[in-house]
Amino acid sequence: MNGLAHQIVAGIATGGIYAAVALAIVMIYQATHHVNFAQGEMATLSTFIAWSMINAGMPYWVAFFATVAVSFAIGVAIERLLMRPVQNAPELTHVGVFIGLLLIIGNATGWIFGYTTKSFPSPFHSDKPLAGGLISAHELGSTVVTLAVLLLVWAFFRFTRLGLAMRAAAYNPRSARLVGIRVGWMLALGWGLAAAIGAVAGMMVAPIVFLDPTMMLGILLYAFAGALLGGIDNPMGAVIGGFVVGVLENLAGAYVVGTELKLTVALAIIIGVLVVRPSGLFGRVVYSRV
Amino acid sequence: MTTSRRTLILTTGALLAAPRLAAAQETPGVTATEIRIGSTNALSGPASTYSVITKCLTAMFQRLNDQGGVGGRKIAFIAYDDAYQPPRTLEQTRRLVEQDKVAFLFNQLGTPTNSAIHRYVNQRKVPHLFLATGADKWANPKEYPWTIGWQPSYRTEAQIYAKYILEQKPNAKIGLLYQNDDFGKDYLHGMKDVLGARFDAMVKTATNEATDPTIDSQIVSLQAAGCDTLVCGIIPRFAAQAIRKVHDLGWKPMMFMTNVSVSAGAVMQPAGPEKGVGLITSDYRKDQSDPAWANDPGMAEWRAFMAKYIADGDLSDNNYTYGYGAGSTMIQVLRQCGNDFSRENVMKQATNIAPMDIATLLPGVQVQTQPGNYNVIRQMQLQRWDGKSWVRFGKVIEGANT
Repeated sequence: MNGLAHQIVAGIATGGIYAAVALAIVMIYQATHHVNFAQGEMATLSTFIAWSMINAGMPYWVAFFATVAVSFAIGVAIERLLMRPVQNAPELTHVGVFIGLLLIIGNATGWIFGYTTKSFPSPFHSDKPLAGGLISAHELGSTVVTLAVLLLVWAFFRFTRLGLAMRAAAYNPRSARLVGIRVGWMLALGWGLAAAIGAVAGMMVAPIVFLDPTMMLGILLYAFAGALLGGIDNPMGAVIGGFVVGVLENLAGAYVVGTELKLTVALAIIIGVLVVRPSGLFGRVVYSRV
Repeated sequence: MTTSRRTLILTTGALLAAPRLAAAQETPGVTATEIRIGSTNALSGPASTYSVITKCLTAMFQRLNDQGGVGGRKIAFIAYDDAYQPPRTLEQTRRLVEQDKVAFLFNQLGTPTNSAIHRYVNQRKVPHLFLATGADKWANPKEYPWTIGWQPSYRTEAQIYAKYILEQKPNAKIGLLYQNDDFGKDYLHGMKDVLGARFDAMVKTATNEATDPTIDSQIVSLQAAGCDTLVCGIIPRFAAQAIRKVHDLGWKPMMFMTNVSVSAGAVMQPAGPEKGVGLITSDYRKDQSDPAWANDPGMAEWRAFMAKYIADGDLSDNNYTYGYGAGSTMIQVLRQCGNDFSRENVMKQATNIAPMDIATLLPGVQVQTQPGNYNVIRQMQLQRWDGKSWVRFGKVIEGANT
């Protein structure tokens, strides 16, 4: 049936958005073992920074890489200034800081840039509609960008000493410190990289959903479902999870539960995964000896 | 310690004074020389673009006072900031009613904000007049006799679209995309009002949540269902997405968009102005940028007012034409009151306005109320996007709630 194929293609296009943001969530989790609730707001702020640069007349790709660099710096600064003082505080303190960050960054973005919906340019163009208008050149291009970022992240953690050191710092800070890894800076680096990936995700998402301060609010939830589904410590899994959530959400909305319960599908996935298989489809089960 | 002592003295003083005040003053908020009117608006925060409405109304009451006031009294217009936050609206409204002792409330802004005080003002029997929101729930004289809206409700708007569809395409297959909340459901109800028993056969619905990232799936579903007409009750961000998606799919339905999501800058430009050609919406106001009104007496009256009282105002901001319309309606009600400004009489006059023209409204669109019908403005004219601006067409259409 034609309608079914259309829903799947549209789902893959939306799934690409979730995958990009899920990747940023996995990044920060890999580096710090925390899930940063302000991830979406930080990405939105980065996208607004890119928007200002482009509006000031900068070429797209210059603005793109400048934004990634600025976002990296913001991420590092947040870790150094806000997270470091509460490093040894209980989990709940971290959650409090994350929610505080979410509110502060979200409202500051609105205050500075206003709440009006803005269009954000895309670097990918096509003269004729692809797949009958179901997928735009941008959606295709941004999926390629997401996959490229995935490849970079995977290679970084797998093949570089720095990546190994970051993983060690997150899994076992004490031992890592004993073998000479500067754990504090590893955490800051993790924040910086997560913010940079978030910025890429934001710039890829904004041309599709349009830019406003609340752009990421809903997306983060779906991305979180994707990351959990794929395994929150597995970048590849998170990307696959993002695509699966996008398709599943469309199919369930169109044929099973109706559009009113589409959002519930994402929540059901989160709860289902946590109950049945907390490590996700591709995650590693970690046993600790007591 | 001094502060608490001062507070104590003031409180005691207020307590002692209160009963005497009440006795001396039969009608709250009205003295021999003054009528106090209260309002709240988003003077700060995300919705603060609407704050110019308060500026406009304040200036209109100033003009009225300069002309000698009404019923031998001057108007004192008190407007507080609620930052578009419902709890603050309640707090400020209680301050207006209980401390400032206003005669009535006028043109408070917002749907969630007015919802927060809906019960309170009706329990207290305080007239809650001509609200700045398009929700349909304000026209419910049986349960909430003290609350009345002003602009055409979203429901009236949907009725007008449905009437036009039936006239143009009696066998239309209609796709209705609406936001799953009070705002969006008004479009569902409005379509049902007109289509009645035919609704189920003619309409395929899809909903979205305000938090959804995209509405692509819904658009694809409606297209797959074979719809040749599309009605959208969605917020600006999704409006821009819908216009673009429908165009990219190569789908060419007769497409209607809620008139709160058709701003040239915030919707049509992001979506791509060329992608929205043929899109239909509606309005009840004269667009001040439209050359058709260059020599219009109503708009000349408005421009003269702006020049004299709000010289620094942005003449392209249509919140000023809105405010002028609502303010003119309020002044008409005050004039109708004669010398009796009791809450009962204010409410009686507000719900007995004979059809009247308003300077800033389209010809044929009239303000009117009856005790059994609280829909103040019931007519609108359709307009179509030509790629650059909105062009009015056809005659003024009346909703079904008449």
